[in-house]
Amino acid sequence: MLLRDFARLTGASLVAHRLRSFLTMLGIAVGITAVVLLTSIGEGVHRFVLDEFTQFGTNLIAINPGRVTTHGGSMGVFGTERPLTIADAEALKRLPGVLGVVPVVQGNAEVDAGNRSRRATVYGAGAQWPQTFNMQVRSGRFLPQDDPTAPRALAVLGSRMRTELFAGRNPLGQRISVGGSRYRVIGVMESKGTVLGFDLDDTVYIPAARGLELFNRDSLFEIDVLYDDDAVLEKVVAAIKNVLTARHGREDYTLTTQQQMLDVLGSVLNVLTFAVAAIGGISLLVGAIGIATIMTIAVNERVGEIGLIRALGARRGQVLGLFLAEATVLAAIGGLCGLALGVGLATLLEVAVPALPVHTPWIYVGLAEGLAACIGLLAGVLPARRAAGLNPVEALRAE
Amino acid sequence: MIDLQHIHRDFQVGDQIVHALDDVTLSVKAGDYVSTMGPSGSGKSTLLNLIGLLDRATRGRYRLNDEDVTTLSDAEQAETRNRRIGFVFQAFHLVPRLTARENVELPLILAGLPPEQRQGRVAASLEALQLSDRAHHKPDQLSGGQRQRVAIARATVTEPAVLLADEPTGNLDQKSGRDVIDVLESLNARGITLIVVTHDPELGERARRRVLMRDGRIESDMVR
Repeated sequence: MLLRDFARLTGASLVAHRLRSFLTMLGIAVGITAVVLLTSIGEGVHRFVLDEFTQFGTNLIAINPGRVTTHGGSMGVFGTERPLTIADAEALKRLPGVLGVVPVVQGNAEVDAGNRSRRATVYGAGAQWPQTFNMQVRSGRFLPQDDPTAPRALAVLGSRMRTELFAGRNPLGQRISVGGSRYRVIGVMESKGTVLGFDLDDTVYIPAARGLELFNRDSLFEIDVLYDDDAVLEKVVAAIKNVLTARHGREDYTLTTQQQMLDVLGSVLNVLTFAVAAIGGISLLVGAIGIATIMTIAVNERVGEIGLIRALGARRGQVLGLFLAEATVLAAIGGLCGLALGVGLATLLEVAVPALPVHTPWIYVGLAEGLAACIGLLAGVLPARRAAGLNPVEALRAE
Repeated sequence: MIDLQHIHRDFQVGDQIVHALDDVTLSVKAGDYVSTMGPSGSGKSTLLNLIGLLDRATRGRYRLNDEDVTTLSDAEQAETRNRRIGFVFQAFHLVPRLTARENVELPLILAGLPPEQRQGRVAASLEALQLSDRAHHKPDQLSGGQRQRVAIARATVTEPAVLLADEPTGNLDQKSGRDVIDVLESLNARGITLIVVTHDPELGERARRRVLMRDGRIESDMVR
């Protein structure tokens, strides 16, 4: 049989039962719509979360004091870890491939300016903070490259802090007090918004050495390293470990690359997307049962016709193919309608609720359509096999 | 042409084995006109299905056009049916959603003939049965006699050597029945081998050769 005749015969039997075909397609269409819509939302959330995490850049390595390991017995004097110091951070600046090193110490302190006072997050930071974390200074400048052990008492305000403390006035050159010590404001940061509920604008930056003093600590919270795009991550990591291990005598620190974090996060988010797709898959399964039901009914109705075309010279395989094609076409057309509906709804959602991240990856759209056709094929297998297996003599007698 | 030697066809019905055909030997020459009569369950339809390669003999040998067709595969049987055998059924068996022309076209479509080769043959077949003006009607817009003529057009469009008719007038009024018989006999007059299974003695009497069956055996075989 020629392919176009095959298609014409299949089409004719689907058109002959328009309403029934339409309703069956609708079942698959709803399933595909659900899959497309849910994966679009899942993928949107995926991207949204990743964007939140990568807004500080992706070429970051964080070094924290202490090492998470379990030892047998007491470590005694060797168990105490050395503090992560500003000198450590300075040493890392000389490594090849390293673009920026920021010592970080963080805490909460009372900040006063004139008659206004506010508790805020205070960062003890280094001069390379803006380039390392991809942040901009709106006015003035960031903390200068002072003597790292004895920096001047200068401060930079987050944008929220600026409006809270100085309202309409120009804060540059003004005096503020942080945790009781006096600082001069030299810059205001561009607004960065909130990340996962943490307000990045409600902050004050002071030099790291003064931060250690303020919070009465001898170890930094963290050293953040920005490395060159062209540098090989493994080499940078190895160089950092070399320097720090030489300085500390052993590996008493933990090194985390942004890439590792993103990989873990990505795999978690992939599970999320897969899970919502599976929920959509359930409705697709219901659609498939609809196709199997309709095809079973169609075979029962057309027993005489099956006998006839067998008598006219159709092979078993041709009968099988005709019914399989009907099921597959039903599902494929239903799938296309579902795709249109799903993409349409996703776009509508994007326009109506801009805050909700929606993104339709075209690979999923292709996969969904392929899946629909496969489901049709599978749903058609049993009825089509029954049709092909009919004894022509008995089939002819049925009418 | 058709040569059946010691054909047996057994069916399993419950625990019992029914001998639908019991040692039937029958030879039909090309161009012959044979009627097969007999009471219900005498095996006449089974004989027709077997000749039409819709069924297989349990034992015995069947030669069609000097070719042993007893052991053809399913696909080979289908191809032989398509090329050499035409069927006319009591219930017409037209596909309701296809037009008269499309119904007649079906065997050629199944044979994989391209449309340009089909058109002429379908038109000629419809013309021969005076159905040209009914070509685009669906079966439910046709009378019984017209439906059976469409079925005959479909059976003959492949120019088969044998036409097998199972109670071709069973669902028709007398006049349409006579028309259909006239059509079948004129086809026979032009050389097609015609085998008719019928209950109707009047129709059976018309055939040149009359085979009477009872209990799966040929009881009498008369040539006029």
